[in-house]
Amino acid sequence: MKYAEEFRDPVAARALLAEIARVSDQIGATAEKPIHIMEICGGHTHAIFRYGLDKLTPPGIEFIHGPGCPVCVLPMSRVDECVELAEQPGVIFTTFGDAMRVPGTRKSLLQAKADGADIRMVYSPLDALELARRNPDREVIFFGLGFETTTPSTAFSIQQAAAEGLENFSVFCNHITVPPPIKALLDDPHMVLDGFVGPGHVSMVIGIHPYDFIARDYGKPIVVAGFEPLDLLQSVLMVLQQIREGRAEVQNQYARVVPEHGNPASLAAIEDVYTPRPSFEWRGLGEIDASGLRIRDSYARFDAEVKFGIGYAAGPRHVEEVEGCECGAVMTGRIKPTGCPQFGRGCTPEMPLGALMVSSEGACAAYYQYGGARAPEAAE
Amino acid sequence: MNAMNRPEQRVVTLAHGGGGKAMRDLIETVFTATFQPDAMEDQARLMDAALQEPGARLAFTTDSFVVDPVEFPGGDIGKIAVCGTVNDLAVGGARPLWLSAAFIIEEGTEIALLERVVASMKSEADKAGVRIVTGDTKVVGRGMADKLFVTTSGVGVIPAGRELAATQVRPGDVAIVNGVLGDHGAAILAARGDMALSAEIPSDCQGLGHLIEAVISAAPGARAARDATRGGLASALNEIAEAAGVGIEIEETALPLRPEVRGMCEILGLDPLYLANEGTLVVFVPEDEAPAALLAMRTVAAGRGATIIGRATPDQPGRVTMRTLFGGARIVDMLVGEQLPRIC
Amino acid sequence: MCLGIPGQITEVTDAARMMAVADVSGVRRAVNVAPIADGPLDGLVGKWALIHVGFAMAVIDEDEAEKTLEALRGLGEAQETLEAMAAGQAALEGRT
Repeated sequence: MKYAEEFRDPVAARALLAEIARVSDQIGATAEKPIHIMEICGGHTHAIFRYGLDKLTPPGIEFIHGPGCPVCVLPMSRVDECVELAEQPGVIFTTFGDAMRVPGTRKSLLQAKADGADIRMVYSPLDALELARRNPDREVIFFGLGFETTTPSTAFSIQQAAAEGLENFSVFCNHITVPPPIKALLDDPHMVLDGFVGPGHVSMVIGIHPYDFIARDYGKPIVVAGFEPLDLLQSVLMVLQQIREGRAEVQNQYARVVPEHGNPASLAAIEDVYTPRPSFEWRGLGEIDASGLRIRDSYARFDAEVKFGIGYAAGPRHVEEVEGCECGAVMTGRIKPTGCPQFGRGCTPEMPLGALMVSSEGACAAYYQYGGARAPEAAE
Repeated sequence: MNAMNRPEQRVVTLAHGGGGKAMRDLIETVFTATFQPDAMEDQARLMDAALQEPGARLAFTTDSFVVDPVEFPGGDIGKIAVCGTVNDLAVGGARPLWLSAAFIIEEGTEIALLERVVASMKSEADKAGVRIVTGDTKVVGRGMADKLFVTTSGVGVIPAGRELAATQVRPGDVAIVNGVLGDHGAAILAARGDMALSAEIPSDCQGLGHLIEAVISAAPGARAARDATRGGLASALNEIAEAAGVGIEIEETALPLRPEVRGMCEILGLDPLYLANEGTLVVFVPEDEAPAALLAMRTVAAGRGATIIGRATPDQPGRVTMRTLFGGARIVDMLVGEQLPRIC
Repeated sequence: MCLGIPGQITEVTDAARMMAVADVSGVRRAVNVAPIADGPLDGLVGKWALIHVGFAMAVIDEDEAEKTLEALRGLGEAQETLEAMAAGQAALEGRT
């Protein structure tokens, strides 16, 4: 597979790992006093565990798993609203696969499907659009979930729906943006972060300059990384080199895909279709200003919240976390998955308490599936 | 003239399940004419000399098939049914003998579809050297089933002295698969059309009876075999690891995959270890018999792609681990939830 | 949801709707090329793009890819040399 397999070469990986070990030593990073590198994006968390990179990098490097998993940061109230929408008569509720098993207060989408709701897994919002064309007598709702990587796709789909004059298509918009939660984490006095591996595919859309504030205002290096193992290793090396040299810059390791200023067509579509919400609730982080997007009034007929009087259109409601669920703490890197008392006990992939055990990009799912951890670590 | 030949009789109706003349005509034209059982009693009466050998055991298995779509590149529900049941017998070291075939048919299903499925079943049965000797037909109202569900049961004979079982696997044993992984799951996904993907991937559906016999002849110490159906290779390996109380280590670089299956997994974020197979198995043999087993497998059509993928170890009993491309390690767990519904 | 994979655009199927076909190792998926459309869509045929949820999100810059691979290959070769040297040393010392 071109542009993928070449970036998995084991010999180059060994070279990168050797160099990482060398620079890590030069900085004086040890298991007791590690360098904390946050990989922001859930896709990176997944790749790290799939290729065993956490075990291959020296003990002086600690990966802090960031909140870049859109399914993981979804508050339970939004899941409940999905179920409510799906249970409306005549609705075909379409969603990416991952979101189906996230527990809501009453049930998950998968359980709602078993109870008779017409919920269908799609790979693309275009598939939902096609369903709307083929089922003019049904209301097709697309669960628009994701960071800036996915935001343009939903926007283009809404524009297409408008061009075709579709009247039975709407989007339940849960698109969120990356920079605000990063700022929230950097402002958190409890967080110890030395550098960042930046989200490669988000950056493909927004470019690399939205991260300038991380280097400029907080003095931390950030390297925007691709998703193959060599991309990740090279990016870690670049972060370490910056630390060794006392630099704090935004670098682009993924230049083959990420343009410096992002993708103009996607940014234009986002601007056309969405407007920032004053604030949006994030699981584990609470309400964050200007971190979520809603569909503009000009496209209100495609906004499921307006059409069905739900969510922020009805007045947002906060749902308390399930007793004992530590998703928020794990997701913001405050504890590792094995630091959650429910890990492997009350919360497993078969019977998840929270989204981090469900989503393929969730840190807990990655630890459980790839890392083999099955029980919480003994409390220190 | 047989009522079956009239044009308006070309779909199955409730009358065909009623036990009366319509049903008898359907059975005669479609099933009996193809399967040709010895007699039309309520039961098949059978004997095979091998069953009477001292130490021989009867092997008995059953499976239901609900695959959607009913026909797909590389096969149909009938082919999966016969191969699936034959394979369930074969992996236990049994020589498959006779199958039953029960059909639940949705009202409105085209009889031509039924005829194609039955023809598939006969063809596969002949290849495997088994006969379909008894069966049943039911018809349910529209919407009460999705075109066609098939249940096959099979009996075979395990010769004296053969003990193929997961519990037999010991540390040091070598794991061999007979070919590429995940073709069936990928073929079904593409055929469903939900994902707007198109690819030339036929299901790997095939009978493995002759393959197993070849392995056992060349490697009489063979310990266990499992066909990697639902849940894929990962699930088969986990079952063996748990039953035998051994660890199993596989090599990512050793896993044989079609480029198209690799591509599909990358696009959809699927792990090929969990994709269903319908003609792929994993067999564990003692280390010193591995070269002979490999050679024997490669001489059989179903084993041309035979390759070693790993081994049983004393470490981490019950666990399956995989050495990744660069020597990293990851756990290969049982599948949680369902990768794809109605895969077989 | 970061799942993106490089695929090659093989044909344009519906220019009005910006639809094309991308090939990943022989698997073909319908993709929307709105993000990368820059002039007549036929100009995209043969190009490699990053495919995400049915959209071609970015054209892969082949020069940048080559530059990154060069750097990595260089490291790889250096590593192979190091490993070969280490193996040679071990042999000399009778450690193998």
